Amino acid sequence: MLQKSSDLTARLATEKPITVAILAMGGQGGGVLSDWIVDLAEAQGWVAQSTSVPGVAQRTGATIYYIEMLPAKDGKLPILSLMPTPGDVDVVLAAEFMEAGRAMLRGLVTPERTTLIASSHRSYAVTEKEKPGDGTGDPAVVVEATGVSAKRAIMFDMQSLAEANGSVVSSAMFGALASAEVLPFSRNAFEAAIRAGGKGVEASLRAFGAAYDKARAPADKAPNQQLPAKLLPPLPGSDPHPGLNRLLDRIRAGHPQSVQPMLFAGVKRLVDYQDIAYANEYLDRVETAYLRDAACSGANKEFAFTAEVAKYLAVAMAYDDVIRVADLKTRASRFERVRKEVGVKSDQIVYTTEYMHPRMEEVAGTLPASLGRWLEESPRLFKALDKMINKGRRVRTGTVGWFLMLNSLAGVKRFRRRTLRHAREIEHIERWLDLASKVIATDYDLAVEVVSCRRLVKGYSDTHARGHSKFDRVISQVPRLQGRPDGAAWLSRLRRAALLDEEGKALDGALQTIDSIYSDKTAA
Amino acid sequence: MAERSFAREVDDLKLGEGEIFRGEGILAITKALLQSGVGYVGGYQGSPISHLMDVLADAKGVLDDLGVHFESSASEAAAAAMLSASVMYPIRGAVTWKSTAGTNVASDALTNLASGGVMGGSLIILGEDFGEGSSIPQERSHGFAMKSQMWLLDPRPNLTSMVKAVEDGFELSEASNTPVMLQIRIRACHVHGEFVAKDNKRPAFPLKKALENPRRDVNRVVLPPASLFHDKEKLEQRWPKAVEFISSRGLNEHFGPTDGDVGIILQGGMYNGVMRSLQLLGLADVYGNSLVPLYVLNVTYPLVDDEVADFCLGKKAVIMIEEGHPEYLEQSLNTILRRRDIATKVHGKDFLSQGGDYTTTLMVDGLRSLMRTHAPRLLGNEPPTPDPKPVLENAKVKALTEVVPPRPAGFCTGCPERPIFAGMKLMEKELGQHHVSGDIGCHIFSVLPPFNIGGNTMGYGLSGAGTSAFNVKADKRPIAVMGDGGFWHNGLVTSVGNAVFNKHDGVILIVDNHYSAATGGQDILSSRAQNPTRSTNNTIAEAVKGVGVKWLRQIDRTYDVAKVRDTLKEALTTPEEGPKVIIASSECMLNKQRRVKPQFNQAVKGGKRMVRERFGVDEDVCTGDHACIRLSGCPSLSVKHTDDPLKDDPVAAIDNSCVGCGNCGEVSEAAVLCPSFYRADIIHNPTRLDRVAAKLRGLFIGFLQRRRASRQIAFAA
Repeated sequence: MLQKSSDLTARLATEKPITVAILAMGGQGGGVLSDWIVDLAEAQGWVAQSTSVPGVAQRTGATIYYIEMLPAKDGKLPILSLMPTPGDVDVVLAAEFMEAGRAMLRGLVTPERTTLIASSHRSYAVTEKEKPGDGTGDPAVVVEATGVSAKRAIMFDMQSLAEANGSVVSSAMFGALASAEVLPFSRNAFEAAIRAGGKGVEASLRAFGAAYDKARAPADKAPNQQLPAKLLPPLPGSDPHPGLNRLLDRIRAGHPQSVQPMLFAGVKRLVDYQDIAYANEYLDRVETAYLRDAACSGANKEFAFTAEVAKYLAVAMAYDDVIRVADLKTRASRFERVRKEVGVKSDQIVYTTEYMHPRMEEVAGTLPASLGRWLEESPRLFKALDKMINKGRRVRTGTVGWFLMLNSLAGVKRFRRRTLRHAREIEHIERWLDLASKVIATDYDLAVEVVSCRRLVKGYSDTHARGHSKFDRVISQVPRLQGRPDGAAWLSRLRRAALLDEEGKALDGALQTIDSIYSDKTAA
Repeated sequence: MAERSFAREVDDLKLGEGEIFRGEGILAITKALLQSGVGYVGGYQGSPISHLMDVLADAKGVLDDLGVHFESSASEAAAAAMLSASVMYPIRGAVTWKSTAGTNVASDALTNLASGGVMGGSLIILGEDFGEGSSIPQERSHGFAMKSQMWLLDPRPNLTSMVKAVEDGFELSEASNTPVMLQIRIRACHVHGEFVAKDNKRPAFPLKKALENPRRDVNRVVLPPASLFHDKEKLEQRWPKAVEFISSRGLNEHFGPTDGDVGIILQGGMYNGVMRSLQLLGLADVYGNSLVPLYVLNVTYPLVDDEVADFCLGKKAVIMIEEGHPEYLEQSLNTILRRRDIATKVHGKDFLSQGGDYTTTLMVDGLRSLMRTHAPRLLGNEPPTPDPKPVLENAKVKALTEVVPPRPAGFCTGCPERPIFAGMKLMEKELGQHHVSGDIGCHIFSVLPPFNIGGNTMGYGLSGAGTSAFNVKADKRPIAVMGDGGFWHNGLVTSVGNAVFNKHDGVILIVDNHYSAATGGQDILSSRAQNPTRSTNNTIAEAVKGVGVKWLRQIDRTYDVAKVRDTLKEALTTPEEGPKVIIASSECMLNKQRRVKPQFNQAVKGGKRMVRERFGVDEDVCTGDHACIRLSGCPSLSVKHTDDPLKDDPVAAIDNSCVGCGNCGEVSEAAVLCPSFYRADIIHNPTRLDRVAAKLRGLFIGFLQRRRASRQIAFAA
């Protein structure tokens, strides 16, 4: 056994500094928080050292601040480190939820040492929000990792709490830090540091206090990371309007209970979008699908096919056209929502400007089908008209002239069924449902996936066209996938790949993989 | 003038004898310059030394009182040349920049300066931009010191030591007639600490006196045969004098016991990390007591051979701890020991890493290996050191790699450069991808998502020169993007002038945001602010016309995305020969907000009618395809999940940090995206007329809305 001579080690002091790492994004006030902690420690007679690597002046990148503190001893100043050592950090403050994840990935959060104080709000990175689908990271993974990494965790939405108190996330985090009692300083000392800072003191103290209390409140073990629940109320018993009541009756009588809330959502959307008759058309199509579903032993699959049709058919039938946009933009409820969203006070006035860019395609689509087709088939005229129409228009909805214009456009709704766009949409819907109901006879799961692929069609103009082409490319694989044991899984994978990037590179890759697996390229 | 005020920091510069300075490392160095009787200071801003420049730019009163001249140099080369004032006169001068980027630019002047030598103390403060947080290639400044025979200080990273290094540096420079470089790493520049201040000193020999009593000495001019004599002088006089000074003044420090089986030689800047590593190994404590002998090189060039040899003598092994590569110090150590036949084993990069940050974890491992090999008894039972591995290997933690997104720095909210690259992306949709040469500055963020534009950068102001080989007939033209900072630093001559002279057919896009924005918003020649101490408002357009550019387009509102797109298309297709220069100009939003926001709030408080613009998204119109985000990436434009059961994907959403720059609307208009964006004009303190108009409009619109709502059938539930 090796032993150090005891007189050697006896010469060494055993004190260790308290170590604190702050992970934040530029502009979140990480520097202010770091300064507060240093001021706090120094005011209590400790030696405190902070460092950072802020780099360039821009405000978006992830950055880290690091603080160590310890009192001097017999006049000797402690030697403090300029960077955190993984496994040796007492407190990690993360100003955003994925930054807490980053702290854990860097090994800064360890179960023997670390109290993790994190705001549970999300600020999505560019790579998350640029995806055509849902590219947001799953916060549940961070919650899970916290369970195995942190000695103790304090997590709640400090951003909202700070905003509600007219302050920024750093003051709420400072409050949570005080509340955690991991630094040997009193609440008064913390508050004194805020006061000494001298900027926005009152608001900071309010947010500090609120976070202090919140961090003490009996903790929900996991922070509330639920995304807003989809609004799917149960089917109402009846409705005073006879036409609507009949719709409810149809849903109740003709469909399994599990599908009814979605059907209700669909019917509600289509009545709002067009009228009762249109909602009945929708139910007609769903019923056809349901019969097919039942005939193909859908009961064993909890009528997954009908459920998907109920959802995506409603989306498809409520396609976005200029009439719909004009309708939505001019509603009283929308005016109210804007006031709320942009935070307009009662003594202020707000006007909105809409950015519209109509093209001849949209105009032709809104014309009666035959007229629209004729125009499209007269390229020179079409081009000439497009030259007049195709430009950005800034529509001031709150003024009388523009409102009247949009209002009458919304009124075109009653002619919608005769428009060229409508004819095209319905034709597409029928081809799509037709394919699905053919596939269901041999491959139930694949048929469900065929229906889900409709998710790819969204957006306006070029984006819409691109969505359509992705839909076509994915759907074109159905014949070769039909009957394969993993056919449905493949179609689902293609659909997800199509939502990963705009140009469809991921989809190209997935299609190549299919090609290499099923070398019967003739089916492609 | 930069829109940020450094008034509080300027106050710190006024501290007197015995008062405690508390603040950042780089500000302590700034104060130390004044305490040392510096006569003039210059430099070029850049992380991590920007604050030195910023604070002195705001400190005119303090500097005037002392008789110190301060200048924001046009480039590092200009700053280095400024030290020429100390060649013939006993005036202390200091310059600063980001290294090695700036040292590269300054090399021409530094070589000449070092050759002739100096009379007045000449200090070059290098912000060593190395390791985590660095924005430049990973190189060492050490090589510059060696090749030119300049001395290099690398003090321990605490304020007292850094301040002392400034004072020692001037004296060393004067004692050895050699310019001295003072290297401070990123974290040390930003470290918060304290030191006991001294009174500021007036320069002993004023600039005015020198100017009015000029001296000349042909032996100081870099011309043969003087230049050959300089080399001899460097080796035979200046070097020995420096070694003598370093040694007699004890600039390098010893810690721990005198004797031991092993010893550690380290760069001063590594001291705190080494001490923490030793502490974790049970070999030192936090108050600086060590069981292992340490020899701390506060001067890393030149080495004092006798000190090094004495330290190694009688030890089984020593380790050299020096960050970065190549291992100049380790090589020198070997030479010193071999020449004296000292058998002490030399370690260094064999136990540490060749490159990168020397983290505590890395040094703990290296020192543990050293001790196990040569002094196992000292390690004792090897108390456990911090080890995150068990946690990092947990599947639940590993899963984080899938969800934690990369988050590099990018364009700020409302940045005027965003619409330029949105316009370029739209141009590429029509004319295809082009070769885009980047530069240094904020605009280089275009290489990141969502724009993914541009491939390389050759240096500050060099983007145009970077395309010069592509001056051949082809169906596409190269595009060079350059900021106004880069343009004035070097670009006017090296990129634009070069393109004119060589009849280059490419496009040069100059992004003019009214500041040197990436380095913190300093003023430059073409800044629009009226700066009492600088000449601003010298336009880029006049400058490029002056060097002979014929095809020039000025875009005065970069947010006009369609105009940017169309101007680029024109530049890429016009038959006109020679460089096509586009100046795209709008104020840096970060700095604009700093200026405008307080004014706006003040006006609102005073009851003035003010209109604030911000953007919003109608979430029922948005289909969640995020095409708008792929042409923006603005921090305030994000996504949110909705409760609508018919929507799978999150919709676009704009938060309250929106500054209403207009990019969202312009992009959706130019790219024909969805009509879900709206601009809200919020009228604060509306006038009577506003209120009456709003009332009348409300009555009319409200009537129509109610009429339509009454016809709309809807479920009660």
